[in-house]
Order: sequence, then structure tokens, then C-alpha cells
Amino acid sequence: MANSDALDAAFADGPAYVPYLVVGDPDYESSKAYVEALDRGGADVIELGLPFSEPIAEGSTIQEALVRSLDAGMTPDRFFAFAEELEVDAALVCMTYYNLIYQYGKGEGPRPFVERAAAAGIQGLVVPDLPAEEADPLREACDEFGLDLVFIVAPTTRGDRLDRMMANVSGYVYVQARLGTTGARDDVSDQTTASLDRLSGYDVPKAVGFGISTGDHAERIVAGGADGIIVGSALVDVVAEGVAADLSTAEVADRLEALSRELKGGAERGHRSRTGTVESA
Amino acid sequence: MSETDTRTTEETETARRPGRERGREDGKFGRYGGQYVPEALMPAIEELTDAYERYVLDNEDGFMDEFRERLADFGGRPTPLQRADRLSERYDTEVYLKREDLLHGGAHKLNNALGQVLLAKYMGKERIIAETGAGQHGTATAMAAAHLDMPCTIYMGERDINRQRPNVFRMKLNGSEVKPVTTGRGTLKEAISETMRDWAETVEDTHYVIGSIVGPHPFPVMVRDFQAVISEEAREQAREKTGGLPTDVVACAGGGSNTMGTFAHFVDDEDVALHAVEAGGSTLEVDEEAGVAPNSASLFAGEEGVLHGARTKLLQDSDGQIMESHSVSSGLDYAGVGPELAYLVDEGRVDPVAVDDDAALEGFHRLSNTEGIIPALETAHAFGYLEEHHEDLGERVVVNVSGRGDKDLDAAIEETDQRDVANAPDMSMFTGGM
Repeated sequence: MANSDALDAAFADGPAYVPYLVVGDPDYESSKAYVEALDRGGADVIELGLPFSEPIAEGSTIQEALVRSLDAGMTPDRFFAFAEELEVDAALVCMTYYNLIYQYGKGEGPRPFVERAAAAGIQGLVVPDLPAEEADPLREACDEFGLDLVFIVAPTTRGDRLDRMMANVSGYVYVQARLGTTGARDDVSDQTTASLDRLSGYDVPKAVGFGISTGDHAERIVAGGADGIIVGSALVDVVAEGVAADLSTAEVADRLEALSRELKGGAERGHRSRTGTVESA
Repeated sequence: MSETDTRTTEETETARRPGRERGREDGKFGRYGGQYVPEALMPAIEELTDAYERYVLDNEDGFMDEFRERLADFGGRPTPLQRADRLSERYDTEVYLKREDLLHGGAHKLNNALGQVLLAKYMGKERIIAETGAGQHGTATAMAAAHLDMPCTIYMGERDINRQRPNVFRMKLNGSEVKPVTTGRGTLKEAISETMRDWAETVEDTHYVIGSIVGPHPFPVMVRDFQAVISEEAREQAREKTGGLPTDVVACAGGGSNTMGTFAHFVDDEDVALHAVEAGGSTLEVDEEAGVAPNSASLFAGEEGVLHGARTKLLQDSDGQIMESHSVSSGLDYAGVGPELAYLVDEGRVDPVAVDDDAALEGFHRLSNTEGIIPALETAHAFGYLEEHHEDLGERVVVNVSGRGDKDLDAAIEETDQRDVANAPDMSMFTGGM
């Protein structure tokens, strides 16, 4: 059961498509058009990246996007304003690093950040460098303001660590498809299946991320048992190509919407093959 | 015979020296420390914690015996504690130098690098990775890896590679691969992030040799324990040579590995004052707009935050973005500091002081022309402190000479040329004046 009804709803009806983009990449206004394109493309949840200067969990694609956003002047306050201005149906989750959450409190811990996030319409947080052992203050603030705290489960997470994490998680669990950092890859790892098997006893939606870039990937992942797919680097790549080729904001937004439809469509095909639903003629 | 007399001296010593072992159990130093790392790294961190406890703390399979033997035979330990006659006269106090510049490689860095590469071998790892800023930790790790026959990859910021070419050659001569880091601003903090990324993909067969008392537990305690040989020797040498403990111990501080190594065995000696000398750079003011702190004084001027796996004191802007630090000495150029030092500063046990670039250069020239020792620019900060604050110090001061200055000659000549350094030789014929 999630703290946020919006996140509950996102996973209630078929597989969830969970795209990620860095807010403010390459600039504030374009970024808003891009996020709204994801929504039109069928996003159920959108992970909004708030850039930190030392993103140790990210691969080069996302790291460069974070640098573009920071160079264009992104700050936590502008991020919250951005979230407030968005016109989207999808639930919003903020993905960032703990130092930004902590500093926002000016000595009062993570509570002020969570309070502000809730006011901006954010329904959940993903914090890649915050282990379950250190998460109590953030967990309490999230419970107070009705946000979900999403944890990342790695292929190597098992035993006590997994139990502790699953006791703290809500909304959905982010299943990391393979070791390493974020980045689009051609293969979809066997580690995913093993991870989903390990998590099968826990009653929380499982969204798989890391390396998904095509509708075929999405189909296989969902057919393999995932409740949702998280796609970051493949979408950030589209933004980066737009910057490199100097494409118009509308052109990049169209490409993001088209890729979103492909990914969402793949996820739905995977869901049908898993549940044995036959398409009516 | 009383019961305590039956214990060995070593046990008695340990029992009454809890500060020496701070953080070993859970990686916490008061509010600082911890394990703020991506989940994918947690198994590696847990495996390393287990290996640290077994091999380093419990000497399983004779690990610590082999470590000490190799430090002696390959590294040249013990290093001397030398009386600095002319500085003693100048300051009217007894000044002793702990000569870590005489360790193999020319700096204290080998103590840690050799310990960690050997530990990786005991753990059955097949590959070593490390980050380096100025190249001192990279060269020490490359030496240790060659010595112990381990393949090694060093990540180094592109900008640092251009500034430190001789160190790049040294690493390659020792058989290491040097990978340039082009992301971000291309300095030490980007190199640390990049090495953590490599580790996240290769944890199963690879050990990450971190270069200072920073990062997630168990790195801060483990690196301290490997570097603590400095103060273990110095404390004993001081007692032998002077009949007592020093009144003051001085060490420069960047990430803090030579600092904590020099302080560790003195932490419980409450009468011994500990001074951590940070790089004050050109000024202690920060430029929020540009995200630049023209210094590296995170103990003196930093604020609490989370970076590279630990809660500690950081140079950051009001949003929590990490600042670009700066110092004339690239080895001190880091926006964070070891969590144990942050704790000891808050507790009032360690006195944090900042010495600016100008005073460090004067210190560089003073040690060179009065004592015949050319110090690293990092080390030179400690001598800048001595000049400025000798009147506040007691009658017997130990200063750690953390490294020799051969690596810094180009930088020292260039920086001297830009300033009016009173005690510098005329080098104009070598720079712009020909």
C-alpha cells in the first residue's frame, strides 16, 4: 500500500511506464515541453531528476545531462517551481541525492525538503545514495507528508539487507536490472529475472530499470514478471541528440513522445503475453 | 603480582586508548561517517568490512605481519624522527620532523596503498582500481600493485593529467593503466565518482583502493589504521629521543590521511595538542555564483553534508552542490575531509587552522633553504603554520613531513615567480627573465 494514491493508481491497471528525465536539461522551458511529451506518450509515473554535482550512481549519459541542467541554473527551488507548473496526468517522483535533501533543511534534516516537495505535487522520492540504514529521518518525513520512498534493489541485494529495505519501501521498488551505473544497453540481463524471483514474496509493485531502451526490451521485461519499466538513459539520449544536432524543442518533444509510445506499447504486449489476454479482433 | 601486571603491555595500552580505535565498530564518528552509497556497492562494502575485521583487526593468516614486513623491506620503514636544528633555533622551541618524505615513493601514501593492495590479494580480488588527484595516491597504488603483481587502473581527471605529467609517466612505468576522466570539471572529485562507477560494475573481482580517510565505512577507519604507523613510530621515537611526549603535533590536511595517521596514537594523550593545517588557498571567501571556493579548508570553513559515501564537513553552496576547491598544492585540493577529523574538530580535540598559498610557499622555501629538505607543497602548509603560530605552541613540536617536493618543482617555481616571496631564491633566469 502506497502513501500516495496516485502511485497506487499508476500500478493498479496494467504495467506502468516510468520514464526519467533531468529537469532543466538543457534548459527550463524545453525541459517542461519534454516532460509533458512523456506524459502524452503514456507515462504512468514520471521520475524527475534534480541534479547534484557528484552523481555517483549515474553513467555518463545522465551525468552529462545533470551538468547541462546545472550549467543552465537549476536549483532545488526552481525544480519545485517546475513541478508545480507541469501539466501532466502522471504521478511525479523526484530522484536526487541525499546532500540536496539534507541541505534544503538548513540544519533541520530532510523534513523541509519533503514538505516543499509535497506542496509542489511530488508523490515520491528516489535517493540512490541513501541506504535503508540511514533512511529513518527521511522515511518519517515522507510518512508525515504522504510521500512514498522508493528504494533501489540491486542484483546483489539479498538476505537481511533486502528485508530491511522492503520494510522501508513504499510506492514501488526500483529493481536494478544489472550491476553498474545507469545507461542504455542492448541486452536485458538474466539478473533481472533472478531479482524478480527474489522479490516475488513482497507485496509491492516491482519496476525494472537500467538499460531498457526499446519496446522489445520493455516487452521482455514485463513478460518476465515486472509490474513496470523505468527508462532513463534512452530518453536522456534523445535530449542529448537534440542538443548536439540543434533540433527544435518541438522536434525533440515529438521524438520523446514517439519513443514513449513504443516503450509503453512494448510493456503492454509483455503484460498480455504474461496474463494470456487475447487481443479481440 | 596484581591482575593487571599479568596482561601484556600491548593489551594494557589498547584497553586505555579508545580514541585510537574510534569508529571501528560501525563507521560512525558522532554524527559523521556512515555508508551513503548506491545499493549496488553495498555487497562490496560489506565484504570489505568483513575482510578489514578479519585481516587488519584480527591479523588472520598473519596479514598484519606481512604488511609490516613489506612496509619495512619495500617501503623503508621506520622513517626517522629528526631534530630540525635551525628551525628549533629560529622558533626557540624543539622542532622535530617525522620524515615520511623518506618513505618509498616520497610520501606517506604508500602506507595505505600497500595495505589495501595486500588486503585485496588476501580477499582473492584480481584487479585494483584507484582515483588520483595530483597523482601521489595513483603513483603509490601503481607501485604497490606492481610490487604485488596485481593489474591496476587509475582514474585521473583530464585537467590533472595535464598538470601532473611526470606522475602519469610514473604510473605507466609501474604498469598501471591511466584512464582520463573527462566528465564534470576533470579533477579529483570527478575521478572519485568515476572510480566508484567502475567499482559498481566490477565489485565481484575488483578492489577500490581509496586514497584518503574518506568514503563509506570501512574506508575511513581502515585507511587511518594503515597510516597510523606514522604516529605509532613518532610517539615511540619522541619518547626515546626526548624522554617524553611532544606538546604539539602538526600535520597538513586535505582529505586527511597523513593528518589522521600522524594524530591517531596521540588522540588519547590529552596533553598533546593536535593541529590540522588546511589549505587556505587565495582566500577563505567563497564565490557562490561560480560554485568556487578558492581554498580547500573544509574543516575550518566547511559545513555538514554527505559526499562520496560519508557524512562529513564539505565545501558546498547553499543548495548543497559541491564547490570546486582550490589550493596551490593539488594534493590538498578536495572539497571534503575525513569524517573522523570532522568529529575531532567538533569535539575540540583537533585544532583546525588554514594557511594560505603565500604562507605555504614561504614554508616551502624555508624548509628547503634552512634544513635541506624540499617539502611537497602540501607539507609546506604545516611549515607556514609553524612560522605564523610558533609563539602559540609548546616546547616540543612534531611536524609531519608528509612528502618530498620533487614533484612540485615546476609548480613551486611558477607560483614563486608570480609572487614576492621574501625568502625565495632568484629563479628569474629559469622562468620569464632570460
